[in-house]
Amino acid sequence: MILDAKIPEGPIEKKWTSFKNNAKLISPANKRKFKVIVVGTGLAGSSASATLAKLGYQVETFCFHDSARRAHSIAAQGGINAAKNYQNDGDSVWRLFYDTIKGGDFRAREANVYRLAEVSGTIIDECVSQGVPFAREYGGELTNRSFGGAQVSRTFYAKGQTGQQLLLGAYSALSAQIGLGRIKMHENSEMLDLVLVDGHAKGIVVRDLVTGEITTHAADTVLLCTGGYSNVYYLSTNARGSNVTATWRAYKRGAAFANPCYTQIHPTCIPVAGDYQSKLTLMSESLRNDGRVWVPKKQGDTRLPQEIPEEERDYYLERKYPSYGNLAPRDIASRSAKEVCDEGRGVGPGGLGVYLDFSAAIARLGEKTIRERYGNLFEMYQNITGESAYERPMRIYPAVHYTMGGLWVDYNLMSTIPGLHVLGEANFSDHGANRLGASALMQGLSDGYFVIPNTLGEYLSTQFGKKVSTDMPEFKKTEEEVRARVEKLLAVKGNVPVDEFHRQLGLIIWDECGMARSEEGLKKAITDIRALRERFWKEVAIPGTGKELNQSLERAGRVADFLEFGELMCIDALTREESCGGHFRIEHQTPEGEALRHDDKFAEVYAWMFQGEGSQPELVREPLHYEAVHLATRSYK
Amino acid sequence: MSTMNFHLRLWKQKSAADKGEFIKIHATEIPSECSFLEMLDIVNNRLTREGKEPVSFASDCREGICGTCHMVINGVPQGPGRGAACQVYMRKFENGQTITVEPFRVGAFPIVKDLVVNRSAYDRIIRSGGFISEHTGGAPDASTTLIPKPVADAAMDAAACIGCGACAAACPNSSPMLFVGAKVTHLGLLPQGQAERKSRARNMVRTMQEEGFGNCSNYYACEAVCPANVPASVIAMLNREYIRGEVSESVGAID
Repeated sequence: MILDAKIPEGPIEKKWTSFKNNAKLISPANKRKFKVIVVGTGLAGSSASATLAKLGYQVETFCFHDSARRAHSIAAQGGINAAKNYQNDGDSVWRLFYDTIKGGDFRAREANVYRLAEVSGTIIDECVSQGVPFAREYGGELTNRSFGGAQVSRTFYAKGQTGQQLLLGAYSALSAQIGLGRIKMHENSEMLDLVLVDGHAKGIVVRDLVTGEITTHAADTVLLCTGGYSNVYYLSTNARGSNVTATWRAYKRGAAFANPCYTQIHPTCIPVAGDYQSKLTLMSESLRNDGRVWVPKKQGDTRLPQEIPEEERDYYLERKYPSYGNLAPRDIASRSAKEVCDEGRGVGPGGLGVYLDFSAAIARLGEKTIRERYGNLFEMYQNITGESAYERPMRIYPAVHYTMGGLWVDYNLMSTIPGLHVLGEANFSDHGANRLGASALMQGLSDGYFVIPNTLGEYLSTQFGKKVSTDMPEFKKTEEEVRARVEKLLAVKGNVPVDEFHRQLGLIIWDECGMARSEEGLKKAITDIRALRERFWKEVAIPGTGKELNQSLERAGRVADFLEFGELMCIDALTREESCGGHFRIEHQTPEGEALRHDDKFAEVYAWMFQGEGSQPELVREPLHYEAVHLATRSYK
Repeated sequence: MSTMNFHLRLWKQKSAADKGEFIKIHATEIPSECSFLEMLDIVNNRLTREGKEPVSFASDCREGICGTCHMVINGVPQGPGRGAACQVYMRKFENGQTITVEPFRVGAFPIVKDLVVNRSAYDRIIRSGGFISEHTGGAPDASTTLIPKPVADAAMDAAACIGCGACAAACPNSSPMLFVGAKVTHLGLLPQGQAERKSRARNMVRTMQEEGFGNCSNYYACEAVCPANVPASVIAMLNREYIRGEVSESVGAID
C-alpha cells in the first residue's frame, strides 16, 4: 500500500487557498441527501457536527457520555493558540507554523501544520461570536498569555477553563442544531465497530450503555472524533472514560494507525500519591509563565522548601535552556524532571517530584494578580494535596496527557479506509512527535469548524447514487460480531476486577514505553502485555448482564482493546530507532542527554496496517518532505 | 500512609421502575488520602471480587469540570465542601463515620440505576435557547467586539456552570434556575447575545417548566452547593430577562 497524502501543489502559503478554490462542492440541494455520522462530541466532534448541519447535511452524532457537553476537551485548562499578533510582538502565521513544526521535532506534515496556523485566527473570531468569554483587558480587548515552545504571547484563554468554554461554545452550536431538528443526537451510545460496504466506511455498530441494546446505523461517510489513547497508561490526566476503542476497531477494519509511540508526557501534574489513585491531575502549563521550576542541588535533601537557601537550589530549566527557561517545550521539561529525580534530587514522597515555585511572581505582581490568573488551579491543588501554593511551592511531576499518534489521514482528513474521516486528537497529523501547549484546542476546532466542511466534498462527490441501508448483510454481519464479542467478555466469569488489568497494563507501558524507552525494555513489555492479555481473557470479572447499565462491561471492552493496542505502541517504539519529541530511546541521545534524531532514516510517518489476529502488522511509510523549513536540531538553549 | 474505616449506606436500585434500598457496607482500610470516588472504586472492586454487583455511579474527568459525577453525600448534593463529588476527599470525614450516599432526588431526573440519574432535561433546556445563532466562518475579527473586563469576567463566572444538576437536587422546589440563569446571564451580558436575548429567556424557562422542574423561591440552597460557584444573582437576572421576554411577546412587541 502507498500512502497518498494528497497535498495540494504550490508554495506552502498558497496550498489551502488553492485547495479551496479547486475543491469539489456539494450543492445545497445535494447536501440534504447526504448523511454524515459523527462519533464523539469533544471539540472536533461538536464543531464538525454543528458546522455540517448548518451547511445542510443530515447529521447523526454519537457519544458515550450522558451529555455531549461532558467530552474530555472540557478539561483543557490553559488556552488556545492563534496567530493574531494582537500583542504586536512579532507573531505571524509563519511563526506559529514554524514553532509547531519545530515543537513537533520535525515529524509533522508541513502542509497540514501550515493550514492549522492559517485558520487559527478565524477560530478565535468564531468562538467570540458564539459568546466564549475569553479573558479581556480593561479597555475590552482580548488578552494573551505565553505558552511553552514560543517566544510570543499568542495564547487566548478563559481563566484556567479554556477547554470548558470552547467546548461549551461548540456544544451550544451543536445544541442549537439539535433543537432545530438538523442533528439527531445519540447519548450513552458507544461505537463498538465500523461497518464497511465494498471497502468504504458506511456505518457503525453502537451499544446503548443504559439498555445494552446493540444497533447499527448507516450513512454516506463516518467521522471519528474520538480523542486520544493516553489511558493505555491507566494513570493519565485523561478522563476515566477516554479510550482507544473506536479508532482501534477502525484499525482492525483496515485504517492505518500512525505513530502510536508518539505520546506526550506533560511536565506539570500533581505527583502520584498511592496505588488507589484513579487518575492524575494536570496543573496547566500556563503556570510556567510565573512559576519557577527547581530542585535542591543536594541529593536526598529533606528540608522544607522554604528552608533551602537560594544558592542551594537548582533552577534546572533556566540553567539548561536560558532563552526559553521555564517555558521549554513539554517533552524537554518532562525529561529534565525525570533526570533530576533519577539523580536522587526529587522532592516529596518517593522523591518523584520537583518544585514549581510562585514566590518570586507573588513578590513581583502581588498575590491578587496571581489569584486572578491561576486561582482555580491553586484551589484544585490545595483540594487534592492539602497544601497551599501561595505559601509553599507546588510539587509537580510529569504525567501522560496527550497522544500525538492516531489514525493516519491525508490532507482531506480521510483515513486509509475510503469514507472514514478522522478529526482532532484521534488523527495523527499536526503535532509530529511532540505537541506544543495550547495547540490541541486549536487543532480540534480547526478540523471541525474549518477543514472538514471544505474537504468532505472530495469524498462525497464520488458517492452519488451509492446509498446503503442497515438491512444489508454487511451491517448484520458486523452487528453479530459485536454481539459475539460482548458475549465472550461476559462468558469469562473470572474474579479479577477490570481495573486490576488496566493498572497492570499501565505500569508495563509507563515503565517501558514512557519517558525513556530501550530495545530491551520494549521487547520485555511486548512479552508482558501478551501474557497479561491472556490472563485477562481467563480471569476478568464482569458481574451483571449485557442488558442494562453495566460499567464493568463497558470498561472491560475498552481495556481489552488497550491490551491489544499497547502492543502496537511498543512495536512502533521499537521500530523507530531514534529519539524525537516525546519518543526518547536511550540508545539515541546526544552527549548532553538531548533527543538524537536520525533524519536520514526516520523523517517518515510510520503507519501500521492490521494483518489479522496474531500476525505482525504491516508497516507502511509516508516520507515527510520539508520544502518550506529546513530540518534542524531543536535547540531551546 | 494511614487508613480509615467507614460505615457506608449506599443506594441500590435496579431501574426507575424498581424500588430502591440502602445497602450497608463496612468499608475498612481506606487510604486517608484517597478521594471519595476512589473510595467507591475500592468498595466496588471488593464487591466484584466477591462475585457481587458493584454500585453504579457516574464519573469521568475526576477533576471537577465535566459535570458527570452526581450524588448526594450525607444529604448534600455533590458532598461537603466546594466542587463536584469527585473533589471530595476522605480526609474530610471522621474515622468510623457513617456516610450515606444516594442519588439526586429530582422528578425531572429519573433514576437510571443505583446512583445514576438521567439529566437529559438540562440538554433539552439548552437546545431551546442556550446559544447564540451564528454561521461558522461568518464572524468578524474578534477584536472588533470590545467587552469591558468586568463584563467579560461576570459572563465567565456565569459560564463556569458545569451542568451537573446539583442546583435542582438541592432545591426544595427542584428548581434548576441557577443552571438556566447561568446561561441566560452569560449570553445576556455579552453584546453578541443581545439579538436573541428575549426569546432565549422565554424559551428556556418554558422548556424548564415543561420538563417538570419547579421555580425559585429564594432558598439559596443551589448557590450553597454549586460546585462552580455560580452566584444566585444569575436567578435575579433570569427573572428580569424572562419578564422582559414574556411582556414583550404579550404586547406583540418586536423581540
